[in-house]
Amino acid sequence: MSEQSGAVIKTANGLLQWVDKRLPVLDFWNAHLAKYYAPKNFNFWYYMGGFALLVLVIQILSGIFLTMHYKPSAAEAFASVEYIMRDVEWGWLIRYMHSTGASFFFIVVYLHMFRSLLYGSHRKPRELLWVFGMLIYLLLMAEAFFGYVLPWGQMSYWGAQVIINLFGAIPMIGEPLTEWIRGDFFISDATINRFFALHVIALPIALLGLVVLHLSALHQTGSNNPDGIEIKENKDEEGIPKDGIPFHPYYTVKDIFGASMFLLVFAFVIFFWPEAGGLFLEHDNFVAADPLVTPEHIKPVWYFTPFYAILKAVPDKLMGVILMGVSVGVLFLLPWLDRSPVKSIRYKGAWYKILVFSFAIAFIRLGMLGMAEGTPAQTIEMRVWTFVYFSFFILLFFLSKGGSTKPVPDRVTH
Amino acid sequence: MKINAIKTLLAVLLLALTSGPAAAAGGASNLEPSGINVNDTASLQRGAKVFLNYCLSCHEASYMRYKRLSEDLGLSEEMVMDNMIFGDAKIGDLMTIAMDPEDSARWFGKTPPNLTLIARARGADWLYGFLRSFYQDENGRWNNLLLPNAAMPHVMWSLQGIQVMSHGEGDEAGQLELQTPGLMSLEEYDDTIRDLVAYLDYMSEPAKLKRKNVGVWVMLFLAVFAFMAYLLKAEFWRDVH
Repeated sequence: MSEQSGAVIKTANGLLQWVDKRLPVLDFWNAHLAKYYAPKNFNFWYYMGGFALLVLVIQILSGIFLTMHYKPSAAEAFASVEYIMRDVEWGWLIRYMHSTGASFFFIVVYLHMFRSLLYGSHRKPRELLWVFGMLIYLLLMAEAFFGYVLPWGQMSYWGAQVIINLFGAIPMIGEPLTEWIRGDFFISDATINRFFALHVIALPIALLGLVVLHLSALHQTGSNNPDGIEIKENKDEEGIPKDGIPFHPYYTVKDIFGASMFLLVFAFVIFFWPEAGGLFLEHDNFVAADPLVTPEHIKPVWYFTPFYAILKAVPDKLMGVILMGVSVGVLFLLPWLDRSPVKSIRYKGAWYKILVFSFAIAFIRLGMLGMAEGTPAQTIEMRVWTFVYFSFFILLFFLSKGGSTKPVPDRVTH
Repeated sequence: MKINAIKTLLAVLLLALTSGPAAAAGGASNLEPSGINVNDTASLQRGAKVFLNYCLSCHEASYMRYKRLSEDLGLSEEMVMDNMIFGDAKIGDLMTIAMDPEDSARWFGKTPPNLTLIARARGADWLYGFLRSFYQDENGRWNNLLLPNAAMPHVMWSLQGIQVMSHGEGDEAGQLELQTPGLMSLEEYDDTIRDLVAYLDYMSEPAKLKRKNVGVWVMLFLAVFAFMAYLLKAEFWRDVH
């Protein structure tokens, strides 16, 4: 080693010591990366959490640049989005990153949540981790809803109309509540202004806070894994889990690879398929909001349609709203509904596999039916899948305690 | 294990996706393909000329600037100023019109829609069909097969000629038939409409010309990056068993 580079390292070390005496950077680095042990048997599903974090960063960065040019007013919003698409340097790229990011956020979050169902990641001792995750999901839905209104297209306007009117179904306080949300008697300039404030400040701050809590809870218990066994129960002499590997460098390099694969797909959509056939950017939303013209077929964006289908499956509006609320709310209870002694689907009997996959199919089918026109036959199908959706939770509660299991190994498998 | 997880995911998706409601939004699927090519600059130039001559007096395109048109379609600013801009608009101006929306609503029953984004809202195939589906009904009024009772008259009737609805035996729906020929042959008219729709498609997203070119390079970079990242990962993970 030359004298010069020796001097550089010495200076760098000195600087690190100086900072570390004043801020616990080394403690943090070790506690959460270099000496944080994660199970070595993570598979494909375990990329999703990292992807979600990556999308969050993409949304915040692209969002900041959009805010610089977007005008949150009923008169100017639509034109300002087109201004971004045409006149702002690389504005189209920023906008497509943000619009594609919104849909990708839900794709990875749904896969992330499904992972929990597969491997029991929400089970004891990770109930609070799950609850924080669910809160993130709820806020994400609100954030996406507010954001979807901002371009002020026909679907923004009429979608918001439908969703805000849902609150009107609540007896007594319904009507005043919808006025309070809109800030007006109808969706107007006041509405878009406050939705902008909530979308760019209030909810992002709350989301970031919850992400910190979610990660803190994760690092307190440590990650679950596809075998659903606790690696902390098997430690070596030095107190390091035998099946654990330090998050850094192992999972940092693995996640860099994962992120690059994710970005490949993400970039493909941005550059070659930004409308995703009308799923990510809806055709009707390229028409400016017009309170006097109701679009033929109003539907929410794809990530809300499973719940929208449950709403539509019920003839009574109030009951529909309640059932839709329950369909999201019941997810919070999952850690306590599954009473099987075994966490992972690998060591549960066929009963669990059938339950989980029928639930997944019900969710996807409901999502597809929720964006369809709504023929009588489709309404009947929606009811069937709504029944399957809710049966999952009830059957899980009753079948899980005595349901068949296989012997669980002591150590993780490959 | 990785393969299993992916297989499971795919199986679930496939199972649910194979039947039932076609979720893709976009309406009628029996439309004739427009056959437009937005990379054909000459076609876009011809389409722009038709657009500025026939459409941009009743319809505005107020999110689009003349300057952008000149840059993207390889036309000099003078050419656009002299041949394409009517009235006192400047090259950097948006494509607005002088017609008052309230007047046009009175005249046509409805203010003609802003056409900047019409191709993204309706799709190129629909526009291609719409502009070729005008006919004169029994009362001598303009109507349209794709948009029954459309407020819009057939602006290009002198080019296409006059179509009427002919009902063959047992043919309830009827078919369009050219009654009076126009200045153009059928093929010429179809080509003109194709150029116009190509222009409308371009105008709805001028970035489309650029984004695919940029996209190829981004994807290439990411592919190389992913490959290197994979090698890095494999190197680190050699000692994990």
